[in-house]
Parts: sequence; structure tokens; C-alpha cells
Amino acid sequence: MAIKRRTLLAGMAAGSAVLAAPAVMGASRPKVVVIGGGSGGATAARYLARDSQGALDVVLVEPTRTYYTCYFSNLYLGGFWDLENLGHSYGTLAARHGINVVHDWAIGIDRDAQTVTLAGGDVLDYDRLVISPGIDFVEGSVPGWSVAAQNRMPHAYKAGSQTELLKAQVENMREGGVFAMVAPPNPYRCPPGPYERISMVAHVLSERNPTAKILLVDPKENFSKQALFEEGWARHYPGMVERVGPDFGADNVSVDPEAMTVDIDGMVEQVDVCNVIPAQQAGRIAHLADLTNDSGWAPVVPADMRSRMDDKIFVLGDASAQGDMPKSGFSANSQAKVAANVIRHELLDARLFPARYANTCWSLIATDDGVKVGASYEPTDEKIATVDSFISQTGEDADLRRQTFEESIGWYNGIVADMFT
Amino acid sequence: MLTITPPPGQRRGQAGLRRSLTTLLAAMAAAAALAGPVAAQSGDSAPETVQSTTTIPRAVELGDVEHGRELWEFECAACHEMGPGAGDGIGPQLNRVFGRRAAAVADFPYSDSIRRMGRDGLYWTFRTLDAYIENPYALVSGTRMSYAGLDDEGDRADLLAFMRLYSDQPGDIPEAEPTARRVEVELPPEVLEIRGDREWGEFLASECTTCHQRDGAAAGIPSITYWPEDRFVVAMHAYREGLRPHQVMQNIARRLTDEDIAALATYFATIDD
Ligand SMILES: Cc1cc2nc3c(=O)[nH]c(=O)nc-3n(C[C@H](O)[C@H](O)[C@H](O)COP(=O)(O)OP(=O)(O)OC[C@H]3O[C@@H](n4cnc5c(N)ncnc54)[C@H](O)[C@@H]3O)c2cc1C
Ligand code: HEC
Ligand code: HEC
Repeated sequence: MAIKRRTLLAGMAAGSAVLAAPAVMGASRPKVVVIGGGSGGATAARYLARDSQGALDVVLVEPTRTYYTCYFSNLYLGGFWDLENLGHSYGTLAARHGINVVHDWAIGIDRDAQTVTLAGGDVLDYDRLVISPGIDFVEGSVPGWSVAAQNRMPHAYKAGSQTELLKAQVENMREGGVFAMVAPPNPYRCPPGPYERISMVAHVLSERNPTAKILLVDPKENFSKQALFEEGWARHYPGMVERVGPDFGADNVSVDPEAMTVDIDGMVEQVDVCNVIPAQQAGRIAHLADLTNDSGWAPVVPADMRSRMDDKIFVLGDASAQGDMPKSGFSANSQAKVAANVIRHELLDARLFPARYANTCWSLIATDDGVKVGASYEPTDEKIATVDSFISQTGEDADLRRQTFEESIGWYNGIVADMFT
Repeated sequence: MLTITPPPGQRRGQAGLRRSLTTLLAAMAAAAALAGPVAAQSGDSAPETVQSTTTIPRAVELGDVEHGRELWEFECAACHEMGPGAGDGIGPQLNRVFGRRAAAVADFPYSDSIRRMGRDGLYWTFRTLDAYIENPYALVSGTRMSYAGLDDEGDRADLLAFMRLYSDQPGDIPEAEPTARRVEVELPPEVLEIRGDREWGEFLASECTTCHQRDGAAAGIPSITYWPEDRFVVAMHAYREGLRPHQVMQNIARRLTDEDIAALATYFATIDD
């Protein structure tokens, strides 16, 4: 591996815990490179380093210095969470677990040579590679929209400045104006995400701009937690949210960011704020490395998240095509632990355990009105399959809903601790 | 009336664990027989008089009401009241407790733990009362009721038969219940002797730490680190068998085997960072 200065420094910052482990002394520690420091990647790097006690050389490649979680970014839009509390740094992963955190982009993977090339020029060797690059948008999926238009019509589906921008647009919308969302087709990141966002925007508007309207343009017949959201919108925001489905042409939508119009199957609507969430596919690096199939996602072996294209590579989180698990932070975190165990088994002869996968997704509909959906999963030969699931019920009492919301805060603190501490 | 001095809670060892598990499994068999909770009412409209035992044959079948009355006086009355004009003491009044939601008496200063169970949907039925009285912590980890538990199953049935008189329609006990309660489920001794496989526990625990923080920080989701192993095991069984109502934890516990639970208990009791 070509060790550049900053990599060395990160390694030195790792401190005595790691250096004390005898395995570190040899120059030939097995090498694992992790691309992407999000829900899947940060978890994988942390479990690999922590559980191998310095016996693995773990490099985490991530361009940003602060990871802004998409989870709770809707709550930030709604005024229930601060921006600072969405951001998490990689300091502890380097200092406490001895992970070499390299802030750079991976721009190429040579699968034969088992190397990763970074934008800054470094070339990293690997014995195993983990990629968890999240999503990219499918160009042209909403005609008229492109990433170049993301300031006029934000997606806010990668958290950070986009989320801030959308929040400002909602708060400054003219009185009685129209907020439109173009929702994505399946499959996409966080199935209840767009609808939680509608709820949070409705919350803000009902307080600041009660005559405003929300137009939800949705190409799907139905959506996640639909009964719960629709019940909540009718109760908390009566008359504010209008959903247009495929029966009214919402599967044939284009936008004009200059004119601020949305064209729904020939019917042109003038809007004031427009949140376009385009169709999605695996993050670009997965395509560059030829790990994806025609679906645009990277197929994996259900038992261990190994790429079906390359047995030295594991694909986690949103980018993977695995079966029934939703594309969520919880899922990515769960998958990362399975892959980390398998990698430690293969490289260090650690005990191998059978995969266990789980997911729970909370959503906030209004103040203290939280709901959840979740399931446990098991691998079959063909896919990761649901074994047992649950969902909040309509008509639940306010105390239970408040408790569910409080639990979601507990979960948020739990998962970020599980990724970054 | 005799005043009892409750011994300090949480002093049960393996024997307590064995009893709790037996109850849980027996209760599981009874579960199917129980209809949903009857409409719960708050206790301030207490029944005028205790109905005569002659009108309530099934309540009698549940146990020996007279013996139950003695047990009540001895075990419970120092802290709880029942009957006309009953008010809150150290514990809440227990009129109409059958079918009542846990922690439902307005203004009583319940523990957070039992309030949480009430919000989750814990209702007092024969099955849940039996489990709570046998070992309060199995059902409600952080309960303020410092009562060590009533070990004898027959005694509990007698006590509940008596308490049943202070609930609505005491005669209306589901047909199958008294019989179902007597179905003995033999718990294989090896279940109780399982020594947790810590390494397996650590792997399984990685599922838990997405929500329960390893360092024990608890905001919104309770801490589960450094619990005595038997309490941990009993709590997990209570979710697995549906005695504790929480959707997430039931879902998680349903796929855990006895070995898995033992392994988790060992790991979380000795977690080291
Ligand atoms: C509005 C919204 C709400 C959500 N709410 C929830 C929720 O409540 N619960 C939940 O579980 N999930 C939620 N999600 C979904 C969750 O955010 C994602 O599913 C999850 O983050 C996916 O993890 P990942 O590791 O696949 O990708 P990410 O977390 O997106 O991480 C990918 C990382 O890879 C990096 N990267 C990409 N390409 C490269 C490259 N070439 N080189 C180096 N680094 C690269 C990126 O910078 C990024 O940091 C929500 C999503 C949205 C949009
Ligand atoms: C030392 C005092 C004490 C004794 C003895 C005691 N309890 Fe309690 N009990 C309490 C307290 C305090 C609570 C409230 C628990 C909490 O807040 O967690 C309680 C709660 C309860 C509840 C739940 C009530 C509700 O509203 O949800 C029941 C049922 C109950 N006790 C039954 C009994 C029975 C039956 C006995 C005798 C076998 C008994 N208790 C003995 C103090 C006591
Ligand atoms: C999705 C989040 C989530 C996950 C994952 C999770 N839990 Fe829980 N857990 C909760 C919540 C919420 C509660 C509170 C439940 C209640 O009100 O009864 C809880 C309660 C508990 C309790 C009882 C705590 C008490 O004070 O009574 C135990 C024990 C427990 N969990 C163990 C586990 C174990 C072991 C695992 C992993 C196998 C696990 N949990 C995984 C959310 C979770």
C-alpha cells in the first residue's frame, strides 16, 4: 500500500491500545479497505477494527469530514432536531479503534490487482474490500431535473447543505404558496422518508403559513406506513396535503426548474417550492467496479453480503440488492456486522456466526406522534427474506405515540454510537 | 392486621429464576384462553360492596377465596387498598384491577418503568398479575413495588381469586382459564443450566446495540448492561412469550432460542467497554 503522510498520521493517532497489540508489529497485517463512511461503512470499519484488536489494517475512505445522517434530517426540517446533532465526525474511529480514515474519493477499483485508486492519487491494496457508497440518482428519471438544478429544486436526499436549503425554502415560502414533492419510484432509500418529510413540512407550514398547500406527486400505487401517515395528515393537518397518484398520471411527471412548474401528465402546476426526489441506483463507484446488474444495484449473497460478482468484495447498505430489507440506515448497520464477522473469520480465523438481520424504521408525523415499522430477516439462497414483522397501529393513544417518538431518539443515539464511538 | 416488612427486592437466585420460567411457560398456555382485556375503568368508581362468593362460582374455582383474603391481608394490605372507598397508599388502589391497564390510576406516582409498560399496552389479567406477583421484576424491571414475590402457585391463585371479587363481573372468568392454568409445562432442566456462550452473546448483542447503548446510556430506550443474568433472562422470556407487550422487543425476542438468551445475558452482564 502506498502510505501517504495523512494516512500515517491517522495511524499514529490510533494510540497505545492498538500499538500494544503484538499483531500490529508485523508489517503483514491483512488489509481491509472500506469505501464510504456512512451507515454501512462506518459500522463495518468500527466492528472490524474493534473486534480484531489491531490484527487487521482497516482503511476507511470517505470524502467528507462530517457525516450528516439522513435519519432525523426530516426532523431538522420540522424544527425538532438541530443541524449540529445530525453531524458526526470520524475522530473516535481513528483515535480509539486505530482506523486509518482517509478523506478522499475512491475513483476506481482494480478487481484483479485488488487495489483501490483514490482521487488524490493514492492506491490502496486490499485483501477484502467493503463498499457502502449509498445512492446516486438516475439521470433523466424526472425530465427537466438534473443535479445542476438542485438548488432551485432540492432533493435533500443526501443530508447536509441540501437539507438546509430545503428548510430555508419551506420557511420562506410565500403565504398560501404550494410546496410540491415529486416522490421516487421503488426501490429507493428509506421507504417512509418522503412521507415523513411531507409530515414535517406540513407541521412547519401549519404553524407559519397555514393557508399553504402541499402537493405530493407520487408514481407509486401505495407507500410505506400509508394508513398511519394518511390518518395523521387528516388529523393534524386537515385539508393541507393532496396526493396525486399514478391513476392521475403521477407516473408521467416532468419539471421546469426555471419556471417552477410541475407537469403531471399534461397538467401544469405552478409551485413555490419543489422537492424532487429522483429515481435511485447504487452509488457510482459500484457501477465503475462493475458490481451492479441491470437493476442498477449490486447483487449480494444473502448469507454474508458478499458481491455476487467478486468474492473479495462486500457491498452493504443502499447500494446492495439483497431482497426484502428496506434501504435504511438500520439495515446497513445490521448488514455491516454480518460482513465484519465473515471477514474476520476469513482473514483472522475468528469464529463464524450465522447471519442475523433486523430493521426498525421510526417516523414522526407531528409533535410527539411517532410510529414505527420493523422486521427480522434471514438469508435464503435467493434473498434476504422477512421472517417476522410488526407495524404501529392506527388509532393508538397519544401516550404510546409519544413513547414511540422518545424511543426513536433512543435509537438515533444508539445507532450513531454504534457507528462512531 | 399484620404489617409486612418487605425484604429487599432482587434477591432471587436460581430458584427464583426457575419459578419465573415455569410461570411464564404455564402462562403461555393460558394465554390463548384469555380474551382481550375488558374495558378498563379508572378505579375511582369502586364497587359499592364486595359481591358474595356464592354468586361467583368461577372465581371460586380459580382458587380458595378465603385463603386468598388471608394472603391479601398478610402480603399486600400494608401497601394496597381494595373495596369501597379504597384510596392509594404506598401502592395504588386495586379495585377493578382485572382488565385495567398497568399504571392507570390517575395521580399515583408510578415508576417510569411501569408507566412505560402501561403505554406499551400491558393490561392486568390473570396471567400478567400472576407473573407480576410471582416476581415483580420479571414483568416490570424498574418497578417501585418492593415486594419479593409470592412463590407458591396455589397461593397466587387463591390471592387472585380473592382480588377478582373487586373487579367487574367476577363470575365472568373465561371458561378455560382455571383448567389451562393447571396445565403443567415441564421446563427442561438444561434450559436453566445453560451457561451463556459469551462470544456468541457478543455477536448477537451487535443487534441490540443499534438501540441499547453499550455504555448503558439510556434516553428513550432503557439500559440493559450489567443486569444480574437471571433478571435479564426472565425479562427476555417475558417478551418472547408475549407477557411484556412491546412490539419491537417481542419481535426481537421471538427468534431467540434459550441458548441465545443465556448468551446475551452473560455478555451484557460482563460487557467491558
Ligand atoms: C430523509 C431521509 C430520512 C431517513 N430516515 C431514516 C431513518 O429514520 N432510519 C433509517 O434507518 N434510515 C433512514 N434513512 C435512510 C438512510 O439514510 C440510508 O439508508 C443509509 O444511510 C444507507 O447507508 P449506506 O452506508 O448505504 O449509505 P450512506 O449512509 O449514504 O453512506 C455512503 C457514504 O459513502 C460515501 N461515498 C460515496 N461514494 C464514495 C466514493 N466513491 N468514495 C468514497 N466515499 C464515497 C458518501 O460520502 C457517504 O458518506 C433516511 C434517508 C433519508 C434520505
Ligand atoms: C411494599 C409495598 C407493597 C407491597 C407489599 C405490595 N405492593 Fe403492589 N405496588 C406497590 C407499589 C409502590 C406499586 C407501584 C409500582 C410502580 O410504580 O412501579 C405497586 C403496584 C402494584 C400493582 C400494579 C397496579 C397498577 O395500577 O398498575 C399491582 C397489581 C400490585 N401492586 C399488586 C400487589 C399485590 C397483589 C400485592 C401482594 C401480593 C402487592 N402488590 C404488594 C407497593 C406494594
Ligand atoms: C429497535 C430497537 C431495539 C433493539 C434492536 C433492541 N431493543 Fe431491547 N428494548 C427496546 C425498547 C424500545 C425497549 C423498551 C420496551 C418496553 O417498553 O418494554 C427495550 C427493552 C429491553 C429490555 C427490558 C428493559 C427494561 O428496563 O425492562 C431488555 C432486557 C432488552 N430490551 C434487551 C434487548 C436485547 C437483548 C436486544 C438484542 C437481542 C435488544 N433488546 C434489541 C428497543 C430495542
